[in-house]
Amino acid sequence: MNLRLRALLTVIVASVLLIVIAVWGTLIPVEQMETRLELRNLPPSISHPFGTDWLGRDMLQRTLKGLSVSIQVGLAGAACSALIATVLGLAAATLGKAADRLVSWLIDLFLSVPHLVTLILIAFVSGGGMRGVIIAVALTHWPNLARIVRAEAMQVMTADYVAISRRLGRSRRWIAWHHVFPHLWPQVLVGFLLLFPHAILHEAAISFLGLGLSPHEPAVGIILSESMRYLSTGMWWLAVFPGLCLLIIVRMFDRLGEQLRLLTDPRHARL
Amino acid sequence: MKQRQMAFEAQNSGNPKKRSLRAIGLGFRRGNGPWLFREVTLEIRPGEIVGLTGPSGRGKTTLGRLLSGYDHPSEGKVLLGNEVISHTDDAGYHPVQMVFQHPERAVNPRWRLRRIVSEGWQPDASFLHMLGIETDWLDRWPNELSGGELQRICIARALGPETRFLIADEMTAMLDAITQAQIWHNVLHIVRERQIGVLVISHDVHLLHRLCDRMLNGLF
Repeated sequence: MNLRLRALLTVIVASVLLIVIAVWGTLIPVEQMETRLELRNLPPSISHPFGTDWLGRDMLQRTLKGLSVSIQVGLAGAACSALIATVLGLAAATLGKAADRLVSWLIDLFLSVPHLVTLILIAFVSGGGMRGVIIAVALTHWPNLARIVRAEAMQVMTADYVAISRRLGRSRRWIAWHHVFPHLWPQVLVGFLLLFPHAILHEAAISFLGLGLSPHEPAVGIILSESMRYLSTGMWWLAVFPGLCLLIIVRMFDRLGEQLRLLTDPRHARL
Repeated sequence: MKQRQMAFEAQNSGNPKKRSLRAIGLGFRRGNGPWLFREVTLEIRPGEIVGLTGPSGRGKTTLGRLLSGYDHPSEGKVLLGNEVISHTDDAGYHPVQMVFQHPERAVNPRWRLRRIVSEGWQPDASFLHMLGIETDWLDRWPNELSGGELQRICIARALGPETRFLIADEMTAMLDAITQAQIWHNVLHIVRERQIGVLVISHDVHLLHRLCDRMLNGLF
């Protein structure tokens, strides 16, 4: 099996798995997660592979549901972030010096403040909850990608055909969209996928800190933060399995992005 | 002499098709670097084919870029009739179009040729045929065409109805003699018909003598 095929296979398997988890989680009926006090605090077994919590809820179902919520939040946040990065990066490269200065200043501004601090502030200001988390993630994760997009777009802007297009009477906006953007979308797609693990981890982080999703939405961050209180009583399964699953999901997205980059980057001619 | 001057003024203020392209005291340098050239003054009349040759590195291409608005002159101005057109960033179809030496850099590799050729205007099939462009090329990508074929596409793109002057910068230098002859034959036909003025920049003196009505001497 050659490297290209393996990369393609990784991409396909990872995306299918992620989609299945995201959809499956939303389809879990509420009854599966209802409290059954007679089954409290059970360690992992055949009927409850991830154990049950202090209210007798099945942890496997909760984890799946949580992963699904996390994936959705991560997807929405990363997508908005990638969109902001693309628009600003393109604008900086194509709309002249003033636009470039403004965007570069904005990028530096956001990069100079620690991620988590801005994230917490924005989540707090926008009132928490799913919407707050998505807004916060979207508004904090774009600067790195915007930089990449800007650099790529600037390179395309030096091409002869862009100068010719100007002489043929095309506007800068038209050139940005029709000439430059088609060269950028592989970068944007990969950037979006690599943003995702950040988005999902930060979502978990602010939920863990209590500024993110509300307790009745079983996001992985919520599950982890609730389990903190029970860890000292020896209920290790409450944190270990959801945490492991989160890691695996994040790693999967990371690999997906890496492999896609290898596939779309012409500099990796060996693929 | 006076009479000729007056006739010229009248010509230039009237019919836009009869305006000539003039450069007055053009000079160019990058930043505060040495002057590439200074005090270049020339005139190209509509329908006239003018040749320009000279050693490499003296600014022939740069002069072409100034005339067609790709670069901004450090001094002097470019006039079409009596209007200054030496700006670089104004939107709108530029009446002076330039065809570059390397067609593969002058087309977006992610566009199909149909889109490339009609970026500035919509050439019809008979026009494309006149330049020797086959219609089935139009559904291909740029890397599927040879340099000569691509160059025809670039020429067709540059010859829109609003084009008054054409700057051909080593336009056929990388083509074999037969293709070169074919392309120039067709271009001259179109240019004569539409009264487009042409500046031919080339190292090939024989080519220039065959093509041009007159040569620009003593510029460089």
